[in-house]
Amino acid sequence: MLTLAHFLTLGAILFSIGVAGIFLNRKNIIILLMSIELLLLAVNMNFVAFSRFVDNMDGQVFVFFILTVAAAEAAIGLAILVVLFRNRETINVEDIEELKG
Amino acid sequence: MPNAISIIEIVFYLFSGIATLAALGVITSRNPVYSVLFLVLAFFSSACIWLLLEAEFLAIVLVLVYVGAVMVLFLFVVMMLDINLAKLKSGFASYLPVGILVAIAMAAQLFILIWSRGAGSQVLEYGEADGSNTRLLGEWLYTQYLYPFEIAGFILLVAIVAAISLTHRRRPETKYQNPSRQVKVKRDERVRLVKMDAEKED
Repeated sequence: MLTLAHFLTLGAILFSIGVAGIFLNRKNIIILLMSIELLLLAVNMNFVAFSRFVDNMDGQVFVFFILTVAAAEAAIGLAILVVLFRNRETINVEDIEELKG
Repeated sequence: MPNAISIIEIVFYLFSGIATLAALGVITSRNPVYSVLFLVLAFFSSACIWLLLEAEFLAIVLVLVYVGAVMVLFLFVVMMLDINLAKLKSGFASYLPVGILVAIAMAAQLFILIWSRGAGSQVLEYGEADGSNTRLLGEWLYTQYLYPFEIAGFILLVAIVAAISLTHRRRPETKYQNPSRQVKVKRDERVRLVKMDAEKED
């Protein structure tokens, strides 16, 4: 018997793994971007589950917009990454410290 | 069937297990290429779980757009960059305890919240099929959410322009037209008249 809590639990597990990924891979920008994608996936999972159980399409429309924004974010983030690598030959977060405040 | 495990539960536990293991693979694997491939697996199994939740359109969009386009973009960039993996991985062990601690604390809080608020009593039930999910989503998108939908399109346009303008570079050796110089050109710069004596043909 599957309940709403099962799906929310899966979302929570994925979200925690994404947060752990941000902690563990603090130097590699690519893995950081992938962890953000994992976080967004967990949020989308919750939205879809609630949309199904509350019987309301608003959640799925929201997932649609989240996917759009995530795609735009990934495209711009990777473009910045490519420019950064072209100029500095590194993607290590520790080497990019000119703006430390 | 009171206590038997139904096929739906088997599918749910199978794909959620795969998604969890793939997510763990994303954050722990040494090579970023493997991370991207694990992320593809996580997205794919999540799409299967969305199919269980009758969000068919979003499941297909997740596979087609996300796995097909965004993840391929990631893979493209990861393979294009020649990075020093050992240096990037060096702090992994020292961050491991605090990372696991924060993740477990966060997950525990979420579990308490989820299981104590009655979400465990809402059972997933399948009734009669009532129309297409895609049609329903389209009706919402093009009526009540039309303005946000157009803003989403505009955000994608801005993303295209930003990505191209960031990565585009003008190479000095490529030949291109300069319209203002083409218009300003004078006759003297193009034609040179040479004065010479007529020659007699033999």
